[in-house]
Amino acid sequence: MSSGTVSAFERSLGRLDVGVARTSADALDDALGSATLDPVVGAPLPFENCSLPDWIPTDPTPADLKRAKTGVTAAELAIADYGSVVIRATPDPTEQVSLFCDRHVAVVRAEDVVPGMSEAFERLAEWTAAGDSAIIATGPSATADMGALVKGAHGPKEVWVVVVE
Amino acid sequence: MSSTRDEKAARIRHFLATEGDAVAEGTRGFNAGRYESVARLDDYEELKDSARAIKKDAIDRLPELVDQLRESVEANGGTLYVAADAADANRYVREVVEGEDAETVVKSKSMTTEELEVNDELQSAGVDVVETDLGEWVLQLADEAPSHIVAPAIHKSREGIADLFEATFDLDEPLETAVELTMFAREKLGERIADADVGMTGANFIAADSGTLMLVTSEGNARKSVVVPDTHVAVAGVEKIVPSVSDFQPFVELIGRSGTGQDITSYISLFTPPVDSPTVEFDAPDVPMTDGDVDREFHLVLVDNGRMAMREDDQLKETLYCIRCSACANSCGNFQSVGGHAFGGETYSGGIATGWEAGIEGLDVAAEFNDLCTGCSRCVNACPVKIDIPWINTVVRDRINRGEGGKLDFLVEGLIPDEEPGGLDLGKRFFGNFSTVAKLGSATAPVSNWVAKTRPARRLMAETVGVDPRRDLPSFERETFRVWFEKRGGSQVPPAKARREAVVYPDLYTNHVQVERGKAAVQTLEALGVHVVVPDVPSSGRAPLSQGMISTAERHAHDVYSALAEHLDADRDVVVVEPSDLAMFRWEYEKFLAPKSFERLDMQSYEVMEYVYGLLHAGAEPTLLSTPDEGDSGVAYHSHCQQRTLGLESHTVAVLEDLGYDVVTSETECCGMAGSFGYKSEYYELSMDVGEPIREQFEAADAADRTVVASGTSCLEQLDALLSRPTRHTIELVAPR
Repeated sequence: MSSGTVSAFERSLGRLDVGVARTSADALDDALGSATLDPVVGAPLPFENCSLPDWIPTDPTPADLKRAKTGVTAAELAIADYGSVVIRATPDPTEQVSLFCDRHVAVVRAEDVVPGMSEAFERLAEWTAAGDSAIIATGPSATADMGALVKGAHGPKEVWVVVVE
Repeated sequence: MSSTRDEKAARIRHFLATEGDAVAEGTRGFNAGRYESVARLDDYEELKDSARAIKKDAIDRLPELVDQLRESVEANGGTLYVAADAADANRYVREVVEGEDAETVVKSKSMTTEELEVNDELQSAGVDVVETDLGEWVLQLADEAPSHIVAPAIHKSREGIADLFEATFDLDEPLETAVELTMFAREKLGERIADADVGMTGANFIAADSGTLMLVTSEGNARKSVVVPDTHVAVAGVEKIVPSVSDFQPFVELIGRSGTGQDITSYISLFTPPVDSPTVEFDAPDVPMTDGDVDREFHLVLVDNGRMAMREDDQLKETLYCIRCSACANSCGNFQSVGGHAFGGETYSGGIATGWEAGIEGLDVAAEFNDLCTGCSRCVNACPVKIDIPWINTVVRDRINRGEGGKLDFLVEGLIPDEEPGGLDLGKRFFGNFSTVAKLGSATAPVSNWVAKTRPARRLMAETVGVDPRRDLPSFERETFRVWFEKRGGSQVPPAKARREAVVYPDLYTNHVQVERGKAAVQTLEALGVHVVVPDVPSSGRAPLSQGMISTAERHAHDVYSALAEHLDADRDVVVVEPSDLAMFRWEYEKFLAPKSFERLDMQSYEVMEYVYGLLHAGAEPTLLSTPDEGDSGVAYHSHCQQRTLGLESHTVAVLEDLGYDVVTSETECCGMAGSFGYKSEYYELSMDVGEPIREQFEAADAADRTVVASGTSCLEQLDALLSRPTRHTIELVAPR
């Protein structure tokens, strides 16, 4: 994807109050160090060129999940117009790790950032046709049911995105 | 006032007082957000068109899509059950839950399970059912019904929720802020989700090709309800099916914007169940989640419950296009004031609720709130699938008038108002037959006006036809607009010297009541070089249509077209002063006239200021019209609902600004009068409450000295009631003096 698309993605994330960092595969460790709060849990990244550093445990128990402040997962797709990250559900607890902790850190490859919803749906249609599930997540969990906008109704209170170039 | 009217008025007064403020704040915020959010889309109209086309195609092919979906769900390892009605659906759900030996079921908000009353069924089987949507949970604790399709507890204030929590739970210290309340709810619900044996959700859309459910949420409770327990039961109306996952795309872009003004909600889940995510066994806290046996079970319950019959009903069919976004409710002046406990039925609320409740529950339920749709049409452009919601309300009103009981039936042969069934409300008959009233009124003016204002007459009118005694009645002119025009010798611009020729349509009010604006229209057009004729044309049928007398309205349409046909043939334009009549010509007449007739009238008819705009832009000389007096150029302008829906507000503003006026426009959706609605005693207070924002705006410091102008008869009457300063039709402001 063009760097213009990534920039547009960053602008959308800015509007959503989502922290974003660009990094390389080699520097992912440092970038995650800055983006996470301990204790951390993760789900393995399904990427060829990068993986989570060893200090992020990727086979959590329910107790780990409950205790963790930060959950790190891949987002295999992102949508620049909306600042959305798309989390594919896998037999690894990717969905839970992205959902239960107060902070969700999504690792996105720059080439997986698409400009808009129609491009995203080209890929989503392929995934779902193969029987997969996915979540288009845009900013933190939120509710206005208690009389004002509150972040973190059931899911994360804050979201960070690390773009790997 | 009759006792029924008394009861209705008392009910409305109750909701205005108890829930009105919270609902107004919420819905007006959502509605303002909707305008901002859709304005950010470059292709809003195209998205709406494709959304509508997808729903139309899906409903047309529904039986075939159900078969395809069954194959997809079964191929994925799930089960699909089509439930004929609520009892059937509840039985199936109960059996699944009992089969799991479930003690606790967690639910993510689903209007369909509200419709079925699944919770009652499960609770009577000894199962603990917990709503996990924060708003739904609040209502469950309070034992109340939702009042809004998207924000079910919109009618509850933060203080009310804090009191409820205080009363329900043994709290160490009271909860006050929205954050405290939300975090308390999150923790309580987190425990219940951890314990749950079965997760139930609805579905916003279902793709036939892959068996994928799309769920739109912001809180994340649907995600937790699906991934934590090992059994997922999804319950959805059969109309939620679309052919493919690609068809979700326009709805993803439209649904949040249309409902709450969010570009997109936090979570759009595309679940293809059973999902691959492992379950979370909180009672085995130290076993890695990947070690467990993932043996998920999935049941999709598709509910008919009247929907397949609606599909066969030409008039109610479009209700099935509804995507439950709530834009119709949020954009509705009456809903903003009174909320869904008044403007709603057993389950559904807001504009489209009439269609749902008529189809699912029956006409008797729809009849309880159908009159709250005034036909103002503000919801029409708000609807992301372009459903003509006021038309559905009109059709249902017609059926209610005919006393067709709870069953659906096609429209039967027309009845003229005086031959309407005996049960037809006298008020409806009076307002529906207003053309006769107006003719009599003018013929006997000023005696009729004097009689109408006497106390015995007012009492009689209140008791028989339900006109609220607090309303000023229209004052009929002895000399009608047409008689004035004939007496002056017709047009003062001869056809040979004319720029164009136009019919000024003598609508009911212009002809009998607001005669001055008719004169102003003629003088304005003539000043701009138009040869004018004012022929004898019947009333448009708007009045009977508003009362749900469709066949009477249709007769008017044919008569109007007959009277205008020769003028249209002679290439005369038809200029309409009253926007609600123009809206009939451009909108409802499509349902009544032959296509060519409709097209001709549609193409050749104009709202009066739209026409003036066209003349000025074609080179007519603006200095021939009235311009502001020195130091007095401020205008506060309220456009008419249907005029705005037709996109014609801007023409008036442009003309006024071209002439040198400084224009402030009203921000509210509706003034609250909407024709006969505000006259009816049971709706008087609601009508005045809806008008409150416009009164506040026009009395605020920056508008208080401005000249007030409006475009519609009912708007002017309402503004007269709301404001202490005089009001005028815009054409009277610009007419040469």
